[in-house]
Amino acid sequence: MTTIIDYDTGNLRSVCNALQRIGVEHIVSDNPDLIRQADHVVMPGVGEASSAMQKLRERGLCELIRTLTQPVLGICIGMQLMCEHSEEGNAECLGIFPTRVKRFVASPEVKVPHMGWNQIRNLRPPLFSNVEEGAYVYFVHSYAPMPCSASIAISDNGTTFSAALHNRNFFGTQFHPEKSGSIGEQILKNFIAL
Amino acid sequence: MVAKRIIPCLDVKDGRTVKGINFVGLQDVGDAVELGHHYAMQGADELVYLDISATYEGRHTFTALVERIARHINIPFTVGGGISCMDDAARLLDAGADKISVNSAAVRNPGLIDEIAGKYGSQFVVLAIDAKQTDGVWHVTTHGGRQLTEKELFGWAKEGQERGAGEILFTSMNHDGTRQGYPCDTFAQLADVLSIPIIASGGAGSVADIAEVLTHGKADAALAASIFHYGEITVNELKRQLDKLNINVRL
Repeated sequence: MTTIIDYDTGNLRSVCNALQRIGVEHIVSDNPDLIRQADHVVMPGVGEASSAMQKLRERGLCELIRTLTQPVLGICIGMQLMCEHSEEGNAECLGIFPTRVKRFVASPEVKVPHMGWNQIRNLRPPLFSNVEEGAYVYFVHSYAPMPCSASIAISDNGTTFSAALHNRNFFGTQFHPEKSGSIGEQILKNFIAL
Repeated sequence: MVAKRIIPCLDVKDGRTVKGINFVGLQDVGDAVELGHHYAMQGADELVYLDISATYEGRHTFTALVERIARHINIPFTVGGGISCMDDAARLLDAGADKISVNSAAVRNPGLIDEIAGKYGSQFVVLAIDAKQTDGVWHVTTHGGRQLTEKELFGWAKEGQERGAGEILFTSMNHDGTRQGYPCDTFAQLADVLSIPIIASGGAGSVADIAEVLTHGKADAALAASIFHYGEITVNELKRQLDKLNINVRL
């Protein structure tokens, strides 16, 4: 069973639909027992970082998430909250990934938000097994984690950033695998196979 | 860098797509999910579903359709048509839409943009602008171009961005349906005043038209209906030809 953490940050349905499409049983919950007992945990999220962190704190989920031992996948804001700090609302985050989240700087060549399909490079298994170098995935964000020792994929939007991170049992993608066509489905399958 | 996007637009009436020919291999070209899936497989980067139902029942059917689209389509999709209040936006978000587009209702009540973007984020709100050029001025129009408003294109687009729209979808009513190409200078001027992505719509008759609006017109995406629905070119073939012209597309 996979548990999708519900912490009231917008639409979880697209992640549920994507797991459904690849035949993965899942529940949506903020119950600590159901999160701890799950085989896999997914932490999605849209919205603003400091208020999302506030919601995790209110539900008493911060320490729980840090001490999970099964494979955990953060998506978009879900991954950003696992970094050390986000510039968005000057938020102290969970500190699972050794990097900081910064805002893109807009210019005539660089649009903010970074929205659309972009290529990912320097891909590392197991999350990117059977995914070709330079594959396109779908991004929607204005802030991104900087490259670090935990980067398992990078991408560029005026500056190079971490498109995915891995530390111990924790994984994160800045892009949305649930909206990234067949490549995204492969990445979700790779995660569920862990 | 982020790739230029190609977005087929599907008109939906009472839960069925209304344009289109019988594609080989498609059982039911009126089935919005099957047609959308077909475009996604061809390499469409996103889809737009536009509800042109005029009745309450039609709207209701559309919401059920959006739920089905969200379950089956694995790329982002926008829904639009008749969204006039927060309740409409919430209903479509709950049904699984990735983005909604607002048009006439935002002209009447610009605060709607702030309201929806404030609650669900800028990434959820596309501001669609239909504008018509008369005597050198681009007037924003409503009701499919029939009604001229006091607003002017550039000011309204900028205001929309400031109020929280995440993208601008601009259709020139002088060019829409003509298949003579886009007003590329106007698109380029729009790109100069905005920092959010611009989707070009209305007027595409050829690959060259689309290539021009993505380069000279500085648009981030091109939306088209007829050239795909009538089978003149597949999404995949269009993107291959754009790639040959050194335009960055996802293949």
